[in-house]
Amino acid sequence: METIFRSYDPSSVQRSDRSAGDRLRHRQKVHEAIRHNIADIIAEESIIGKDRNRIVKVPIRGVKEYRFVYGENSPGVGQGGENTQPGQVVGQGKGPGQGDPAGDRPGVDYYETDISLEELIDMMFEDLELPDLERKHLRETEVQQLYRRKGYRRKGVRVHLDKRRTAIARIKRKKASEKTGGAAAAQRFPFHNDDLTYRHTVTEMRRESNAVVLCVMDTSGSMDTMKKYLARSFFFLLYRFLCAKYQNVEIVFIAHHTEARQVSEEEFFHKGESGGTFISSGYRKALEIIDQRYHPTLWNVYVFHCSDGDNFDSDNPAALQAAKELTEVANLFGYGEIKPLGAGYYGSSMIQFFSQLQADNFQTVQIQRKEDIWPCFRTFLARDRAREEAA
Amino acid sequence: MAAAYTVAELEAWNERILILARQFGLDPYPQEFEICDHEQMLGYMVYSGMPSHYPHWSYGKSYEKLKTLYDYGMSGLPYEMVINSDPSIAYLMRDNTLLLQVLTIAHVYGHNDFFKNNFTFRSGRAEFTIETFKAHADRVRKYVEDPSIGREKVERLLDAAHALSLQCRRNLAVRKQTPDEQIDQRLADSRPAADPFQTIHRRPDYAPPDLNRVPLYPEADILLFIRDHNPQLSDWEKDLLTIVHEEAQYFIPQIETKIMNEGWASYWHKRIVEALKLPQGMHLEFMVRHNQVLSPAANSLNPYHLGMKVWEAIERRWDHPTPEEEKQSGPKTKSGRAKLFEAREVERDVSFLRRYLTEELVRELNLFEHQSRGGDRVVSRVADDENWQAIKETLIRNVGMGTVPTIQIDNADYNNNRALFLKHAHDGRDLQLEYADKTLQYLHQLWGREVALETEINGKKSLLCFTEDKLSIKPLHST
Repeated sequence: METIFRSYDPSSVQRSDRSAGDRLRHRQKVHEAIRHNIADIIAEESIIGKDRNRIVKVPIRGVKEYRFVYGENSPGVGQGGENTQPGQVVGQGKGPGQGDPAGDRPGVDYYETDISLEELIDMMFEDLELPDLERKHLRETEVQQLYRRKGYRRKGVRVHLDKRRTAIARIKRKKASEKTGGAAAAQRFPFHNDDLTYRHTVTEMRRESNAVVLCVMDTSGSMDTMKKYLARSFFFLLYRFLCAKYQNVEIVFIAHHTEARQVSEEEFFHKGESGGTFISSGYRKALEIIDQRYHPTLWNVYVFHCSDGDNFDSDNPAALQAAKELTEVANLFGYGEIKPLGAGYYGSSMIQFFSQLQADNFQTVQIQRKEDIWPCFRTFLARDRAREEAA
Repeated sequence: MAAAYTVAELEAWNERILILARQFGLDPYPQEFEICDHEQMLGYMVYSGMPSHYPHWSYGKSYEKLKTLYDYGMSGLPYEMVINSDPSIAYLMRDNTLLLQVLTIAHVYGHNDFFKNNFTFRSGRAEFTIETFKAHADRVRKYVEDPSIGREKVERLLDAAHALSLQCRRNLAVRKQTPDEQIDQRLADSRPAADPFQTIHRRPDYAPPDLNRVPLYPEADILLFIRDHNPQLSDWEKDLLTIVHEEAQYFIPQIETKIMNEGWASYWHKRIVEALKLPQGMHLEFMVRHNQVLSPAANSLNPYHLGMKVWEAIERRWDHPTPEEEKQSGPKTKSGRAKLFEAREVERDVSFLRRYLTEELVRELNLFEHQSRGGDRVVSRVADDENWQAIKETLIRNVGMGTVPTIQIDNADYNNNRALFLKHAHDGRDLQLEYADKTLQYLHQLWGREVALETEINGKKSLLCFTEDKLSIKPLHST
């Protein structure tokens, strides 16, 4: 009989999942694709300021298999009914289910992956390629003493006596002496000092790392909604990033025009004000808050200032002085100038002016559109990293 | 789920089916059946049914895609999968009912017979299929494990090679000329045609052919050409190009005969199962299943349906020709069956449809042509007196390798710069530019120097050049 039937063998299924390796590699590629598109994803408005546990849908392109294929203007053939008429719509995009033996048409390689914001943020920070050593350089404060058991000792205080181990030690000694026959006759076999076993405890210090983000924003009349949105995106990233890095993160919002005050988040982003700008006022306020509540020996201070670069010329020297003072107390101080595309070069640019400030923890970035946010954020943190590596 | 049949039962049915198949005149390879569950089936589908296949992430991708579709009930799994080898191997789904297995076994013999007898499959060595794929897999794994090569480099090369694997010769029944034969051919071509009046005519000037040109004739096998003409490639890279090329070649006959092959298998499973004289319950189930497989898909094409319709029409035309048909093709010379077996041997989808897809069939099947208009596919032609031929032409261009643009290497020393110059034989269908860009990038990676592709974009001759890291598109002045 030339025909062979091989019956079903469940064990062979369990033994080999032959595509496992290729599937793993494919998933890695999908993740790579997400990482590549992270700047676009971050720029999506829906993500900024959303709940951390929210699930977002992320469209990914990237794991396509390219070949030479025909484009839009290639007609196809289908099978219709009696009353199919010219002009009738029969599908979308490429030919509806054309005989496609070789996978030779651009398929819809559009994945929509469900991903939690948490995961996305993790991935973002993976993307930043931050070394794992960060914690070493954090300013940590010892907050708590903990007692933890660690091994046993011969000596100790009576309350730490481990009765069970002590009894076991005595039985061992007794059995040993029976073997040698020495104490076999003895009726009593009392505890000996050598039997006593004490629990040992060590004191552990738990370290806590604190960080405070001071978001300073120009709320003068020239800051419109778009600029505020860009600023907000940036603050959001910074906050998320610090949350991943530190145990305790506090956030302080300082709004300023000609004078500065601390405001709630709601107010910070939604309340428009009018008037001119004294950047120095915002910095002074930040310095004041740091001095009162967040002393740099206990807190890692991050200050970021968003403005559109319009400042009264007369205020510039004062702003520079205040900025210098801020660089002395802050881990990182950033200045982001927001000039949406199309705004042109109106007004002055503080970036040029701030170039006078020589401090290795100061960084200026320029944000023109939402796609710039992620690269700018990277530049900003790269400064932090460079410092840490140097340290 | 316990299977509703035993292997002994299947063997008994198989014996009956095989006897019937032989009586009908089918001539299959020896057949092996393997019963597997859906996970295994997915695995086999992804790796083209091969028991051994080299790894690449794209197979993981298609697994995920198939599995997702299957899990969400978007698509079922095939009842069977047959691979073209000697002996032929087919996989049967364990959870199918006895009737489905019977139907499937009959269907498999149809494919098997087709593999063995159709001319397009002659170029392959079916007895070595499994071993060849195994050897390829072993070699690729060896390169992956080689510390001086490693997975990343292998993957990078495979990515590029896969992109170009279908850019190869289509009609493998025509033997490829060796370089020496090409030189002879070139010399013969350049000789002036024999002239019976040469004594009174002026002898035409003889222009010696440029034998230094590479390639002498446009070259369709892009991967092989690169393998043979890029001195920078190391041995393992050349070997990978060969492997990818050979695997693609293995699939070309199947791509080229999809409609015929599916139609043939469907035609025969119907005849065989009907001849089995099934008990009534099974017969009813057979009719349901058969109609499910053969039902025309709305607004697209079901190759099973189309193929079987054409085969049945051939049989009818030769058995019972209408007077007009007799006038057209002369008196009857052979029976319908004999004609079927002849066509099964000498046609592929393109020629099959060209010869046997008649006006009546185009009308009966309600074929229509659709075109893209503003993101939608819109019906552009329906089967009426004026348009049925245009529809047929469009269909013929969309079967087999017709869906792959014909791109050949024209010159490997373009601009005297060792740039690779390719020509797209434009037939009214433009290339998808994003894909062309990325594919040229792969080609550039393999060739290691500038590559240029001549094509037509919106009716204008254009040159797509890929240099270093970017694509430029230049309009060409047609000469």
